[in-house]
Formats: sequence, C-alpha cells, structure tokens
Amino acid sequence: MSEIAVEAKNAVKAFGQGATALRALNDVSVQIRKGEFFTLLGPSGCGKTTLLRLIAGFEAPTSGTILLDGTDITHLPPNRRPVNTVFQSYALFPHLTVAQNVGFGLQMQGKPKAEVAATVARMLALVKLDALAARKTSQLSGGQQQRVALARALAPQPKVLLLDEPLSALDLKLRKEMQVELKRLQTETGITFVFVTHDQEEALTMSDRIGVMSGGKILQIGAPREIYTRPVNRFVADFIGETNFLSATLSNGQAALAGGATFPAPAGHGAVTLAVRPEYVRLTAPGSDNAMTVTVTNVVYFGTDNHVYTTLADGTEIVARLQSGIDTGSVPSVGATVGVTFAPGSVQVLED
Amino acid sequence: MDPGLTAEDRTDRENTRRNWLLSLPALVVMGLFASLPMVVMGVYSFLTPGKYGNVEWVFSTDGWTGLFLTRDIFDGTLGWADAHLTILWRTIRLSLLTTLITFVVGFPTAWFIATRPARSRAIWLFLITIPFWTNLLIRTFAINEVIRNEGLINTVLITLGVITTPLQMIYTDGAMLAGMTYVYLPLMVLPLFAVMDRFDMRLLEAAYDLYASRRKVLTHVLLPILRPGIVAGCVLVFIPSLGAYVIPRVLGGGKNMMLGNLIELQFGQGRNWPLGAALSIFLAVIVFAALILFLRTSTQKDAR
Repeated sequence: MSEIAVEAKNAVKAFGQGATALRALNDVSVQIRKGEFFTLLGPSGCGKTTLLRLIAGFEAPTSGTILLDGTDITHLPPNRRPVNTVFQSYALFPHLTVAQNVGFGLQMQGKPKAEVAATVARMLALVKLDALAARKTSQLSGGQQQRVALARALAPQPKVLLLDEPLSALDLKLRKEMQVELKRLQTETGITFVFVTHDQEEALTMSDRIGVMSGGKILQIGAPREIYTRPVNRFVADFIGETNFLSATLSNGQAALAGGATFPAPAGHGAVTLAVRPEYVRLTAPGSDNAMTVTVTNVVYFGTDNHVYTTLADGTEIVARLQSGIDTGSVPSVGATVGVTFAPGSVQVLED
Repeated sequence: MDPGLTAEDRTDRENTRRNWLLSLPALVVMGLFASLPMVVMGVYSFLTPGKYGNVEWVFSTDGWTGLFLTRDIFDGTLGWADAHLTILWRTIRLSLLTTLITFVVGFPTAWFIATRPARSRAIWLFLITIPFWTNLLIRTFAINEVIRNEGLINTVLITLGVITTPLQMIYTDGAMLAGMTYVYLPLMVLPLFAVMDRFDMRLLEAAYDLYASRRKVLTHVLLPILRPGIVAGCVLVFIPSLGAYVIPRVLGGGKNMMLGNLIELQFGQGRNWPLGAALSIFLAVIVFAALILFLRTSTQKDAR
C-alpha cells in the first residue's frame, strides 16, 4: 500500500451564489499516491483545472478538504504550500533572466545565494538549458520557455508538482518530445506529478493513473490500460479512444441487437449498452460462425491503419480498425457485404 | 558613386539621409522655438536690466548672483535671498508631494481600471480624460470657487453652523497642492494604466505559488514589471509641476509663489529681465537633471 501525497475529500467548488451557482467541482474525492504520475483528464469545463487550483491554493473549496501528506492544507495560502505549478501559459517573469526565473522560488524561501546558484545550475542541466542561463525569457522559443517553467517549478523541490495543460501551446512534434521529457523528469526527481490535460493520448502515454472527469465529477480512476479496456460508462468509453456503442438485450451469454442479430457477450440480463473498440472488430466472410452481416459504407485510410465503416441491416453503425501491414489484404471495398465478429472478451457492458 | 561601397552601405547612407530629411521639420521647430529662446535667455541673463524692462547691453553677472543672493540696500553687502530660497524649496517640495500623492492615488485607480472587463475599461478611461475637455485656467478657477473664503465649502459649513469664521483654505500651500494633484492626476493614471493593461495577471499567481509573500509579490514582480509606467507617470507629473504657473497664481495668491511665478514677476513688475532669464535657465536645468535621474533609475534596474 503506497502512501498518499495529495488527497481531496468531498471537494466542492461553486462559483456564484444560490440556485444559479455553477458547481465546477461537485463532491470530488481522490487520493494521489506518492511518486506517481497522476493525470486529470476531461473536456474543457469539466473541473480538472479547478481541482488543480484547489491543490495549488489559488482557490479555496466551497466545502471539503485538501490534504497534503495527511495534513489539512485547505486554508493555507499558495506561498506556504510545498506545491508548485507549471502554468499553461508558462507565466515566466519577463523582467528576469532564465536563471533568475528558475531561482525565484528558492530566493523567496530565503535560501543562501550559493545554494540557490547551485540548485539553479542543476535544474538548468536537468532540462538541458545550461547554455541559456543569462538569456531573457522573451528570447526563448516556446519549447525552451516550457523547460524554464518546469525547472522553475521543480527547483524548490516541491512535494507535488502541478501541471496545467503545459503542452497544449506546443506543436505536435515538440509535444511528443516534451511528453517523453516530462516522464523522464518525473522518474528522475521522484516527485509526485499531477497533470491536467484534455488530450487522451497524452494521458494514456504518460500517466501511472488517470482520473477521468466530466461535469465536476471524477467518473473513473485507474491505470491507462484499465481506463481504456474497462471504461465504466459511456462517457469514459467515448472520451478515450473510439468506441462502437451497441444497444442490446442480454440473456444467457448472448446479446441480441434490436435488428435481431446476436453475438456472444458477457453475462448479464436485460437492456444494456455495450462497447466494443474498433480494433477488436474482426471482418470475416459473410455467413461465417457467429458473424453478423454488414455492408461497408466507407473506408478511411490513416496511414498506420484503415477505419472501415459498416452498417447492420437496421442501420446500426459498427467501425472496424484494420492495421496496415497485417490486414492490408483484407480491407474490403465500399459497398461490399462482409461478416463482423468481436474478439473474445472485448465486449464491455457499460453502467448506463 | 564610390565603387568601394557595397549596395548595403549605400542603402544605409540613403536611409540616414532620408531620416534626417524626415526629421528636419521637427528639428526646425525645436531649433526655432526651444533652442533659440534658451540661447536668448542665456545671453540676456548676463546683461544689465533696463529701467523700464528689457535689457541694456552691458555685461553683468547680477542676474546669476541674484538667484540666491541679495545685496543689502543700505550697506551693499551680499546675503542669502531668503524669498527666492523659500520659493525654490516650495517649488521642489510641492512638486515632489504632487508626484507622491498622484502616485498613491493613481496606482489603485489605474489598477482598478486595468482589472475591469474590456468594455467598462473603455468607459473608465473615458471618464479619466473628461477634465482635459476644460481649459486649465477655468478648472483652476473652479477649485478657487469651491475653496475660497466665500466659496462653496465655507458657505455650506457656516450655514450648517459647523464653523463661524471661514476656513482659510485658499492661498495656502495646501490649496496649491490640491490643485496640482487634481490637474496632474490623469497624467499619472494613464501611463500606469498602459503598463498594467499589458501586465499578465498570472505572473502574480506564479510568484505567489513560488513562496513569495504578498509584499514580495509586489516588490519583486509587480513593481519591477510596472517600472517603465511608474517612471513615465512620475516624469509626466513632476516636470510640469516644477514649471506650474497658473495653479499657484490662482490658488496660491500673490504671496505663495512658485518658480514659474517668480520668473513671470521678473519679466513684469520686477523689470529685471536678466534675473528672470537666469531663473528660467536654472529651472530648465532642474527639469533636465530630474529627467536624467528618472531615466537612470529606470535603465539601471532594467540592466540588472
């Protein structure tokens, strides 16, 4: 059982008063473990940034508590919390050099000059910016500013590092580089990272655990694999990756669709929503075992794979993903009639 | 054309020439209406006053010694010109106080405007500029109407029975200070607003997050970044304050003079043009020194 670094207990944050109040956070409880890379994932307006700001201390919760290492810090101002933030816009100090920016936190803590200088040098080496220490921040590229922001937040060795969509302003290639870089920094420093993003791919590739948020609530917390393969509800399944949703009736290990087609499904009973990832959809010859007959309506080429859009006789759409290289020969043409099966164990029953 | 010059050198030269040509009208205006009068003043300050004003072309340093020294009318010995020193001290003191008060009042005002939503910000700025619609003299007389012995405040207070004799507000240093603060406040607010408007408020959060107390956020982040606007506002208030003429004339009466009034006196009733000229140059030197001082404080911190 690992120790808990940060914990939110029944955190509520309402903006405005009375009946018109907007609940940005609606009774959120989460435990973030020491040394883990935890991601808050959700669409904009889901409350993920608000939760981050509660942990940083920029906002106080309307009710509920925030604990750091088991101590209640709910009403501690940001400058007295051993927690630092990497801002979306970087928020570097324009009147200071790169080195002064990185040393700011230590200077404010009243650390001796020699110690500040040594830590700054170490941090700049860590983010590979040693050569630019004397530059003004306005002379840096976006990626370099990002690194300065990281070094600045890491320099005081916070117990928790909060990252508010820090990669969203970077272009794709740089973003990929920084994802690797962030993961490396987290491993090297051993600091607990709480990362906020709306980018599901970013969340899946970097995180130890992900908390999926929507409408001010955390819907599911789990490892990336768990979130992807076992989404608890339709929102999570839909938000992370692509999913085929099928309304079906379960009985005796079989699922029956409205149009009459049946296929093996997990145990259960009654009307449910089933989810199947496109990569688990197999295309076969029409009429083969357990296969449903569908018509191909569209084929979209993505380079690494093909998305084959098919419809059942009743109009239900099922998307299959065929990997280039392996399945190239089996990509059907538009208008063809094919059979569809789902890989064993790939059909999920959703909560709602 | 010199074949040794590259095309780049030639365009550089052409640019330089064109820039000079473009600034020629400004240079002519500056030369005719700023530099030339200063030279005339410089020459006049070393001449002898004429009987009915003007000057006689006889060299004399009396204009300059008259700045701070005065010759005793009985024994002819030189002593400190107390009146002049009082006026000089009042000028500098009131100008510094005006700058300080406009800053203390203007800073929160500008901050308030800069933190409003974009739409109402325009309205607030518009309100700040309204005093400029009225002539300075009229505004100053308006203050006079309010604070003079038979003015609005005294009339109301006496009618209400709060006081029996009018408060002496007009013709005091306080009245001049109030007038200058009122008139120059927008000149402090506008440059402050300009830098605050561009200020990224998230920097405050960043500093607060990095263990800076509220006071240190102010001294280590906000004020250094706003410094150009602070310096500009102080220059725009302090320098015209030094040369204030209308406000001390109307609100200070004849006795509480500032340097501007003293200069006017020498060219008018005083009939001592050389002394007036010397005072003018002396004021210009103070202004210039103040300007350099302000500029140095702003560049020094930038280079840090």
